[in-house]
This record gives sequence, structure tokens and C-alpha cells, in this order.
Amino acid sequence: MDKRLLRILPKVQKPARYTGGEYNQIIKDKENVDIRMALCFPDTYEIGMSNLGMKILYGVINEMGGVWCERVFAPWGDMEDEMRKAGIPLWALESGDPLTDFDAIGFSIGYEMAYTNVLNMLNLSGIPIKSADRHELTPIVFAGGTSCCNPEPMADFFDLCVIGEGEDMDRELLLLLRRAKKDNLSKREFLSEAAKIDGVYVPSLYNPIYNADGTLQKIEVLDGAPELVTRRLVTDFDKSYFPVKPIVPSTEIVHDRVTLELFRGCIRGCRFCQAGYIYRPVRSRDPDRLIKQGIESLENTGYQEITLSSLSTSDYRPLNELCDGLLDFCVPHSIGLSLPSLRADNFSLDLMSKVQKVRKSGLTFAPEAGTQRLRDAINKNVREEDLLNTCKIAFEGGWNNIKLYFMLGLPTETDEDVLAISDLAKKVLFLWKSHAVNKSKGVHITVSTSCFVPKPHTPFQWEAQVDMEEYRRRVTLLRDNMRAKSITYNWHDADTSLIEAVLSRGDRRVGSVIEEVWRTGGKLDSWSEYFSFQRWMDAFEKCGLDPEFYACRERSFDEVLPWSRVNMGVAPRFMWHEREMCYKAELSPDCRNKCTGCGALSLMNGGCCDG
Amino acid sequence: MDNLRLRFSKTGRAVYISHLDLMRTMQRAFLRAGLQLKYSEGFNPHAQISFALPLSVGMASYCELMDFKLNDYISLAQIPLRLKKVLPEGISVLEVYEREQKFKNIKWLDVDGSFEYDERSASDILPELMDFFSRDSIVIQKKTKSGMGEADIAESIRSITFDEGDGRIRLKAIISAQDPTLNPELLVSALKQLSPQLAPDFAIFTRTQIYDSEMNVFR
Repeated sequence: MDKRLLRILPKVQKPARYTGGEYNQIIKDKENVDIRMALCFPDTYEIGMSNLGMKILYGVINEMGGVWCERVFAPWGDMEDEMRKAGIPLWALESGDPLTDFDAIGFSIGYEMAYTNVLNMLNLSGIPIKSADRHELTPIVFAGGTSCCNPEPMADFFDLCVIGEGEDMDRELLLLLRRAKKDNLSKREFLSEAAKIDGVYVPSLYNPIYNADGTLQKIEVLDGAPELVTRRLVTDFDKSYFPVKPIVPSTEIVHDRVTLELFRGCIRGCRFCQAGYIYRPVRSRDPDRLIKQGIESLENTGYQEITLSSLSTSDYRPLNELCDGLLDFCVPHSIGLSLPSLRADNFSLDLMSKVQKVRKSGLTFAPEAGTQRLRDAINKNVREEDLLNTCKIAFEGGWNNIKLYFMLGLPTETDEDVLAISDLAKKVLFLWKSHAVNKSKGVHITVSTSCFVPKPHTPFQWEAQVDMEEYRRRVTLLRDNMRAKSITYNWHDADTSLIEAVLSRGDRRVGSVIEEVWRTGGKLDSWSEYFSFQRWMDAFEKCGLDPEFYACRERSFDEVLPWSRVNMGVAPRFMWHEREMCYKAELSPDCRNKCTGCGALSLMNGGCCDG
Repeated sequence: MDNLRLRFSKTGRAVYISHLDLMRTMQRAFLRAGLQLKYSEGFNPHAQISFALPLSVGMASYCELMDFKLNDYISLAQIPLRLKKVLPEGISVLEVYEREQKFKNIKWLDVDGSFEYDERSASDILPELMDFFSRDSIVIQKKTKSGMGEADIAESIRSITFDEGDGRIRLKAIISAQDPTLNPELLVSALKQLSPQLAPDFAIFTRTQIYDSEMNVFR
């Protein structure tokens, strides 16, 4: 270990997150490695190590001969200060080597608020933040993950973006990089080759041209790059790679357990939900395979908890079979099984009782909107009767802690919809009064609201976000009508939602704001300890950009959107139709009921959708 | 199987694993080894393991002890073989045996230390350091449960020697492990408080051996 590091580590909080050396980490002999990849997560170790995508890509890339993939996370502020003081560049956990020793630096970006961390991590590594300032072939700096479905705000910083699932694409990219190194290709030559890989978006090959009013006139395609970059996905998800030997952190992380991935995609089609649109079509894994993967992972890690991951667990057809198979192993080994993402409409108390043998933790539901009209408008197929019935069963079963999540500012929302949230909470409270088996412990009903952020590649991508003042008015309206003792009301800040809305639907010019925020000290923006709204507002002003232009402006169908060169699978026409259905407060059937022909099936090369 | 004791070392990158994290790390390693630790009864069952002398973060050790109980019988020789394969980097099994004495009989501790000086010469400081620690009484301020208190650490130092090499000062000390506990870091605190000119810019310690009150090696 670096001698300077030895002196620093005792001074910082939780030093174990900076040292590597965990069980199941992969160490390779540098002599036999010709491509070194730094898999970077632009947030702390505790968050990044909890991320299933990181575990999958780490495993997939390290399966390649001659390629060594290592992990890099953002240091917390105290560590960053010490590193900068001592002049220690950011290193990868496995080897302890600085990032400048690597051929490929790939960021996995799941949320926009991590953008400033990307710049900070590059800078901490002594690597120029802008693609144009990095002239050599290596290190090539790229990104993937959900946020890349609109690659434009970070276009100045990344050499390329991988759109969609990385399992195959990352391998192809690294093989190309190996060839480019051998053939002494220039960076420019490499990038134009990389653009030929399906799913690769090279920002320097797309040139945005703006109208006088600030909207996009067009995005020019240069040097024969594809007109449309289509998202990659794993067509045979059942048999695709799953990490049964994940790294076991030596210090506590956020999700410190085995995670099984049941399926990708979602049958529901909630109109606000980006994940529900950009991970289509639905692809499932066989329950027997999952049981085997679960047991193997538990044996290889020593974890005492296992959880199921998907966008809507209760929509996994063989859920009962899967849980029974896992419980056969878990119960005699005292391993806990937890089931997140259950829907209020087909919630099965039997299932919950089976998995929560000892303690009854809280139940969480996300009705998203207060009235049936608005729930229909957003295509959240949850009926009030179902939700209330579920709560009734839960109270009768001894649960006394219910959390309800809503969004304020959804398209077509009126004050009536806002107030209906408090009515719904009161109905739940009333149900507890009439149905609870044990009232001595009291009841806790928590209502949380966040401000709706319109996202790219959803039917609401053309929508205006309500402005901050209006959001705050709705919060106050709701708060004034939510005075019952057992009901706690929490609301999310308007500040971060506005910034998130700008970064989600921003164009390339927004990159200058991100850079300015970082230059004036911005980092770890998803942490309230670090986020500064004023810093962002100052940066917008300095860059001459208006955040409301991006967040609070309605777009027309014909407007050229910054992400229009990216095809996530669902056709824009379909999304526009869904938006119109919203304004009529009409439901679309879920994919299992009836295929709505969204267009994502075209990505499957003849494979089917398991909707 | 009750009354089992594991002796292990914790060095290298593993020295940054905190005491709490070590408990979790060990429990997981046992599960990976297919060894079922015995759990307590009750509402919130926990593995019945205990460590002899909690080790500060950053300090290495070649003499850590952990007591544990297993549900099933297994030959003693098998346990280290199985554990060896499943421990994180820096934690190594030294031996597993049936314990004969309780942790409360531990009294003394061997520590090796290294003092680094950035601006000052180690050889100039060496004699003064020796002088300092040969005092009969070294009274320092230290944090206690009820605020700040005074303690004479001299009586907790059974022996201490210094020598110089590679531009740093190496120390070997036998200090009190329990009743009272002397954290080796307090040797540096004492210098900072009483003779700041002798305090090193960086100090690092390693535990090498533990003893009972008669200076027999404790196992």
C-alpha cells in the first residue's frame, strides 16, 4: 500500500471502504493482462457495492481472458480532502493502481445527480474531464447505465456511451480497444470504429444545432455514425450471466445481501416510469435456475439475507414456486428472504407471512396518486378497493406500520387529486381502527410525496414539470389537510427535483452547467450534506441557461429532443399515444392482458416478450 | 461443540476492518466454510462469538483470539483447513483449539511500534525518548466514560525499548492489556501532551503476543 495512504487511512471515516481486499475480489497477474478496465461508480462505496449492475459487469468483464476489471468509487469528502492534500490520485481497489494506469475507464450511471461526481473522480485521477482534452487512445472514458438514455448533458466529457445492457456490448468494446492498441489506432480512429458497435453512441459524432429560441433544430450525424443508436439488450436473459460469487464487503453497505434478478422489463406501463419503458420487453429467468443461483450465492458469500429484484416482484409468474424453493434452503439455515416491490393489488398475505416468520416489518405501497382518475391517467393500475383491502388484511394480520408513496405534480393533477391523498390516508387509518387485532401498539401511517420529474423515453417526456412554487403550494395544501395524529407526512424537496428534471432532459449545453457546478465545489449531489441549490442556480446564470426552459416547458411532438438519436425500443408514436390516453384518463392494458405493440419487441431478434 | 478458540492474525489491508465489521466478516466466513456457529436463543438471535481484546482500526495483530461454539461435531483439525479458504485478504487462521482459560486471565500484551519523524532526526530523538519512558510516573489526560480523567500510564508499561533503523524509531513494549487497558496509541498521546517535541509525525503498532499475569503466553 502507498505509504502516504497508510498515514491517511487512520484519519478518515470508515477506512475499510478504501482498501479493497474483500472476499471474492478478483486479482489477476498483470503480466497476463493487456487490457485494464476501471469500473467506476460515481457515488460512495456503500452505494456502489449495493448495485447489481456493478456486480454483473465486474463478473462479465473479468471472465474475459487478458482483461482485468477493477472497482473504483467516489471518496467521501474527508477522504477526498486528505487525498488532495497528500497528492494521492484516485486508485482502483483491487490493485491500488492509479486510474492513469488503465486502458478503459467506464462509469455506471444510474441517476443524474451523480454527474458532478464523474467530473470529480476524473479530476482526482489527474485525467482531463473533457473528451476533447484527452488526446491519446487510452484511457478511453465511457459511460453506461440508465442515465445514458439521454447522453447529451454529459456529451462533452465521455468519449462514448453504451446504451442499454452492457453484458455483450462492453465485451465487444474492450475487444475493439485491444485491437486498436495493437494496431496503434488514434483515438479518433478508434471512436469511429466503436460507433459501428450496436448500442454505442459517440457524442463527438453528433453535432447539435439550435434554433434561435434555444430548442434543437437538428442533431447532425458526422462521419457515417448511425442515424439512430439502438439500445442493446440480453435477448436470452434466462441463461445470461449472473454473479454467483459476488464480492463480500468487509464493511457494512446499503444492501448487504444476496440479490436475485427475477426479470427485466415490466408489464405495467405506468406512464411516468422510465424503468418501465426503457427496460422492455419483459424477459424472465426460470425459477429453478434462480433457486440454484440463490443457494450458490448464499454459500459463496455467507450472507444471511437474500432479496428478489425486479420492477414488480408480484408480476413474476412462478413467485410462489420460487419462494418455496428458496425457503426450503433458507429456513433451516436461518437466512432471511425479503420481497420488495410488491404491488398493492395482488399482494398475498400468505406469501408475506411465509417470508417474515419472525418480525413484521413495515409494508410499503406506492399508489402514486390520490384519485382513481389520476391513477388511471398515469396508468397506475391500482384500484382504491384493492389497496384498502390489502391494508385491511395486513391490519388483521398484525401489521401496524404502513408507508404510502405519492407524487405531486403529475400531468393533469388538480387540487382535488392532491386532497384525495389525505382522504386515502384517513381511510387507511379508519381501517386500522376497525380491523386491527392489537391496538395497544398504535399505528404508523407514513405518507411521502415527491415532485414528479418527467423523464426521457416515457410518455411524459414532452411534459412540463410544475414549477417549484406550485409544488410547494400543493405540499402546503396537503399538509394543512393531513393533521391526524397517527399519520406522518414527509415531502421531498423541490430543489433537487428541479435540478434532476434539468439534467434528465437537458441538451449538450447543460454540460457547461455541470462543469461549472463541479468547478465551484459541487460533488456528491445526491447527498443533502453536499447538495447546494444555490450553487446550481449560480451556475445556470453564469452559463446563460434557464433551468425552467428544460424542466418546466412543455414540448411539442415535433420538437427535436436531445435524446432523439437514441432508440430505447419503444416507438415515440406509441409514447405520444399513451400521453393522449393520459389526458383522457384512460387506461392501457398491461402487457399480460393484451400486447399494446409498443415496439420494443423489435429489439429481440425474433425472441419473445414474456409480458 | 462449545469452548472453541480461534487464533488468527489481522494484517495488511484487513487492519482497517473495524471490530463490529470483523464480527460480521467472521460470521460470514464460518457460513462459507460450512461451519454452523451456535446462536443465542430469543427474539433476536445472534451468533455466540466473542473476541479477546478489541483491536483498534489500523493496528495489525498476530495474536487475535475469538471464542465460538459450533452446532455440529467436526474434527478440530478440519476447522482451520476449511476457514483458510474463505477468509478475506489479511485475515489468516493460526490455530483452532479447545480453550482452557478465560479471556479475563489475559494481562500483558507485546506490541511492536514504529515512530516516523518527517523533519527531525530519529537518532537525535532516540535518547530523549528512552529518558521519557523511563520515568516512574507518566500522568496524562485521557478520555473516560465520564469526561476527561487523569491516568498514570507508567504502571501499565512493563517494559519498553527503542532502537533506530531506516530513519525511524522502532519500539518494543510489554503493556497492560486489561485492568487497566493501555491502548498503545496512548504512548503517542503521552508524548504529545508532555513532550510534544518527541511526538512522532506518524506511529503504527502491531500486536505480537499476549500473556497472563505470570507472563506465560496466553492461549
